[in-house]
Amino acid sequence: MSQLLQQLVNGLVLGATYGLIALGYTMVYGIIQLINFAHGEIYMLGAFGGLTMWKALPTGLQTKNYIALPLVLLAGIVTSTVVAVLMERWAYRPLRGAPRLAPLITAIGVSVFLQEAVRVFYPGAKGPLAFPALFTGKSITIGGVEVKYLSIFVVALAVALMIALQAFVRTSSTGRAMRATAQDPDTAALMGIDINRIIVITFALGGVLAGVAGVLTGMQYGAIDVHIGYIAGLKAFTAAVLGGIGNITGAMLGGFLIGIIEALGTQYLPQGSAYKDAYAFVVLILVLVFRPTGLLGESVAARA
Amino acid sequence: MRSRIVRLAVPAVVGAVALAGCGSNKSSNSGSSGNGGKTVTIGLIAPLSGSLSALGAGMNNSVDLAVKQANANKTIKGWTIRYEPQDDQATPNVGAQVASKLASESNVGAVIGTLNSSVSQQVQPVLAQAKIVQISPANTNPPLSQGPNFAKGDKKRPFDSYFRTATTDSVQGPYGAQYLYTTAGKKTAATVDDQLAYGVGLVQQFGQEYTKLGGKILDHESVTGGQKDFSAVISKIKPKHPQAVYYGGQYPEASLLAKQMKAAGLNIPLMGGDGIQDPTYIKVAGAAATGDLATSVGAPTAQLATAKTFIADYKAAGYKEPYSTYGALSYDATNVAIAALAKALNGKDKIDDSVKQAIITAVQNTKVDGVTGSVSFDQFGDTTNKLLTVYKVEGGAWVPVKTGSFNGG
Repeated sequence: MSQLLQQLVNGLVLGATYGLIALGYTMVYGIIQLINFAHGEIYMLGAFGGLTMWKALPTGLQTKNYIALPLVLLAGIVTSTVVAVLMERWAYRPLRGAPRLAPLITAIGVSVFLQEAVRVFYPGAKGPLAFPALFTGKSITIGGVEVKYLSIFVVALAVALMIALQAFVRTSSTGRAMRATAQDPDTAALMGIDINRIIVITFALGGVLAGVAGVLTGMQYGAIDVHIGYIAGLKAFTAAVLGGIGNITGAMLGGFLIGIIEALGTQYLPQGSAYKDAYAFVVLILVLVFRPTGLLGESVAARA
Repeated sequence: MRSRIVRLAVPAVVGAVALAGCGSNKSSNSGSSGNGGKTVTIGLIAPLSGSLSALGAGMNNSVDLAVKQANANKTIKGWTIRYEPQDDQATPNVGAQVASKLASESNVGAVIGTLNSSVSQQVQPVLAQAKIVQISPANTNPPLSQGPNFAKGDKKRPFDSYFRTATTDSVQGPYGAQYLYTTAGKKTAATVDDQLAYGVGLVQQFGQEYTKLGGKILDHESVTGGQKDFSAVISKIKPKHPQAVYYGGQYPEASLLAKQMKAAGLNIPLMGGDGIQDPTYIKVAGAAATGDLATSVGAPTAQLATAKTFIADYKAAGYKEPYSTYGALSYDATNVAIAALAKALNGKDKIDDSVKQAIITAVQNTKVDGVTGSVSFDQFGDTTNKLLTVYKVEGGAWVPVKTGSFNGG
């Protein structure tokens, strides 16, 4: 029993980062129907931005977690957000109105470009780089389940961000403009909404969440490399589709589900640790067969 | 509309996978000093980028050094050696591509590499078909030279053109098992592999000897390359209370496994093969690496009397990266190739099939004193030098604790 709970906890923590990245996929898709394959790289850049900040700190501050952690998180957020916005401006905006395949292929190009740029220009990025834990305190044991404080922090922060995002989209006037743009960009523009501004905000929000996810991943696993965005991006994309692409709650739910499937698959299925990635995709295929819109995919109005 | 986009996305993902396989392939020429009009190329296939590039760089520099010295000494009469390093990104299909490129060139005399056994599996047939001799300084997977059924005693050499200066996992795995069981006194273990040729083979060879000695393997898990989160695997191993974890694979995953294992309260040493014996392992795992063990092929380069000149020359050449685990073995492999070329190319004008056959024969009959000791090959193309060393992480460095040959088994 405690083994099951322990693996559930592992899955939740893993799923929290998938969910954070999946939100970026799902929001951008909701607004401009683009699957932004470079989003995984935005996440990777967040981790590198955070690491750069930590390295830049004077040695005395590096060990003071209450100062270093917010600064590193901030640096990760800023890096990811800036790159996400620039990416929208230079790579996707010129293709607005082009056939949908064009921005999709561009996204893959941007992804390769960003990965290679970091690999070539970031010192030491040709191999794995150690990332500081930035978190003191070990773990607590609840009913035979060992939970690291850092894990609690990761899940709590992810869920808090999702709730904040949900509240922002539901209640603020910018959020209303986002929803209007998602429903019908032309009519929204007629109502005086600056579509380009909304799209930039959407990319920026995705960047913020990916930046947080990048730093959290580095802290949890202790090392980052330029390829982390590729696999995590693929899993997060899967999570977004699983939850119903375009749906914010769905993305987070999908993320947690993929994480839990991986953890439980490792424990209980034959050859589990070897095939855990396959199990996640099997579940995706099954869901898409029976519910092509994903688990929560209907709450956004279907369009054209 | 939505589902159509998703359908479009699937081929796009596949495309991205394919694209990720293509990267920058640099080729550089070294040895500008003229030595007659004819040129022979020595190729290298190794990971010059990606997470294993620290090892690849050491190989690249060491081969470069050997080629430069040979050109300066005019070792091959009437011929200049051109050096062409190729990046395999530690990826089998990329390795096959660059091997095809080398095989298509007319004047390639020998290829050094690869680092990864899984890459060699793809490279071997390509080079063998072009009758190009391949000498790996790092492959340790037994089937590469002894055929897929070697474990049943049915040893059959698949490629006459394949040689290696590194000893195999059928020596390394059992040697590690003996050390872990007898010397370190760990009677139970869990094994983890990375599902690649090297890791799976190593764990298998380790397991056979370990159980024979009386040790118990309590659990076996597999991870994937690039994996960052090992919590599920660790949670599964932990309740079985093994006294050690044996890992078959490379340091990028091993270092994270060690770090997360110990953070999760599983305070037992991790042991692995030459794939984890790299400074980056300690850099990434930090204090958690202390007490971890690794076997590596050959004796520690810095302690070898025969390696003094190599180390001094390497330093004098001013390479940015350290020679790393396979530097000395790469240097030896290159010199074996150069010696064979000198013999086979003597008085020849071009490299045709009969010359290539002569190169293969010359490598097979090699008997030289190299940096890592005497170098010669058995009937499978494996080195006869079966020296191994156990390293332990102490004070933030890999410290050699035992050097010897595996006997028995």
